[in-house]
Amino acid sequence: MIRYIIRRLLWAIVLFLAVTIVTYVIFYLIPVDPARLAAGRNPTPQEVKNVAHYLGTDHPIWYQYGLFLKRLVIDHSLGYSFANRQSVNSTIFAAAPVTISLVLGGALLWMTIALPVGVYSALHPRSRTDRFAMASVLVGISAHPVWIGLMLSYIFGFRLELFPIQGYCNLKGSIAGQSCGGPADWFYHMILPWIAFAVLYAAFYVRMIRANVMETLNEDYVRTARAKGAPEQRVMIQHVMRNAMLPVVTMLGMDIAIALGGAVLIESVFGLPGLGKLTITGISTFDLPIIVGTVVFASIMVIVFNLIVDILYAWIDPRIRLA
Amino acid sequence: MALLDVRDLTTHFSTDDGVVRAVDGVSFSVEKGKTLAIVGESGSGKSVTCLTIMGLNTGRVQTTGQAMFDGTDLITLPKRELREYRGKRISMIFQDPMTSLNPVHTIGRQLREAVMLHEGATKAQANSRALEMLRAVRIPRADARLDDFPHQFSGGMRQRVMIAMALINNPDLLIADEPTTALDVTTQAQILRLMNELQRDFGSAIILITHDLGVVAETADDVLVMYAAKPAEQGACEDVFYRPHHPYTWGLMRSLPHLTPVGSELKPIPGTPPSLLNPPSGCRFHVRCPYAMDVCRTVEPALEPASGDSRHLAACHLEEHVKQREAELIVTEMMADSA
Repeated sequence: MIRYIIRRLLWAIVLFLAVTIVTYVIFYLIPVDPARLAAGRNPTPQEVKNVAHYLGTDHPIWYQYGLFLKRLVIDHSLGYSFANRQSVNSTIFAAAPVTISLVLGGALLWMTIALPVGVYSALHPRSRTDRFAMASVLVGISAHPVWIGLMLSYIFGFRLELFPIQGYCNLKGSIAGQSCGGPADWFYHMILPWIAFAVLYAAFYVRMIRANVMETLNEDYVRTARAKGAPEQRVMIQHVMRNAMLPVVTMLGMDIAIALGGAVLIESVFGLPGLGKLTITGISTFDLPIIVGTVVFASIMVIVFNLIVDILYAWIDPRIRLA
Repeated sequence: MALLDVRDLTTHFSTDDGVVRAVDGVSFSVEKGKTLAIVGESGSGKSVTCLTIMGLNTGRVQTTGQAMFDGTDLITLPKRELREYRGKRISMIFQDPMTSLNPVHTIGRQLREAVMLHEGATKAQANSRALEMLRAVRIPRADARLDDFPHQFSGGMRQRVMIAMALINNPDLLIADEPTTALDVTTQAQILRLMNELQRDFGSAIILITHDLGVVAETADDVLVMYAAKPAEQGACEDVFYRPHHPYTWGLMRSLPHLTPVGSELKPIPGTPPSLLNPPSGCRFHVRCPYAMDVCRTVEPALEPASGDSRHLAACHLEEHVKQREAELIVTEMMADSA
């Protein structure tokens, strides 16, 4: 187990280096000088040069990358934004709770929908409910999240005035510059984003859970359980569900991890100041430290969730041993 | 009175392509403590017959007929009451031990479940019962293996676990659906011997589904030969083996591999079993039967007493003297081979 974790951590470091190097290389392939952008309107060449020196962009790319690594390892700092000189650490820590709220709440919502619907459909294939569910799945997969978000916010926000059209409220109480805060406001503001975010995933998961449960129902050991005289409910819970959920756990872990890197579309539609929005701002202002910061955060999320999924998997499937 | 008496059992599945008549009018009975072998090729309806008795068919299924078990008709019994029989008075072992055990539960837990579903036993009581059964089926170091998972057992060991699980509630009837097909030959012999010994100790009746006539000859009291969802021939083991009255039985006997190697060839029955979606007219075997006559193509033969014994039945249009001649010929052939 210890050896397994050590090996996973070494892999994580390799993955981390690869991802950040690629980000640096891609950034320097864009023919834009961040110093010129940061130097204000109509700068003189000398001013641009000074700014470049100040930002560190006058050094060669490998030196900048080395500096980035040194700062990260020694000072645990992701540096300072090119655009506003604020610490990238604090910018990301401000944005992360928004995205985490959206993704975890959304995941909870889509699983609450997908699990019962998927299982019911699997148990009653071709029934009216199953056909209706499968038709809805098709709609859910086909409808674009942005369209769903805009429709929700138009109908329930603008027309019916049931929910806020956009914006975010802090869970732990209001912070500077915000008029709202606390769990109630937070929940109220998140309802529409959660729904918009969950629709696509709910559709995918209904289909996946339905297929897995149907496949597991045909397994020989399910017949064995029935032959033992187990009631149907017990057969479902003890013998079908645990086996049918194995692949779902993997998918769920990966989907959550990827979404935590920034649910760009939903955050944009509902004006949520999360990581997705931060990434977009970073890219549009050629703010390398911000871009690298979000990439680092996203890759850490993927690495961590991969590890969680693996450990969880070994726990629920005895055939898998971590070694 | 027989322990299980099956009368005119039919099982039809509705599929997108039409109705599959998987079992079409099968009758047999099993006495207490005796073994009935059901023989036939794949797809002849052997397994479905037994799954129907257990009420374990899935899909859009229609069943008619009777299966009187100790005075109760299992076919019309409500699901809830049928569950009381399953695993308690009738248990079943399946063909593939590799997939018949739940991979995420320990052997001990699966054995305990079989006990606790039917008896108000505590976990400790169920556990000691499980241990006792693992020892009875000769799992080495049984106490250490209760907490192992199925993937830590070999195929033969898993089938032993399945047998232990099937016998744990001391059932009156054990249905073994090709219990040795997925195992290698030496393991097959061990498992069959084990089943025989346990039958002696526990006094259970056995329905043994197989396509191996050698196994039948060794273990069965009665034989039912099925072809294309219908009984071709049935009766006491010695009647069917020494006075076989159906060309299909002859074919099965001729297709047995022999140990006399030089120049001997396997003699398979030509052709393949017919589709049960659209079975042939007349005698269903006529397409593959070397003795087929005109009448076989149009008239379905009735299951009639053969060789004077009312329990020995065969469904074939051939003249009695032809059948007797062929039967003698085959039996002498087999005798010569084994001599």
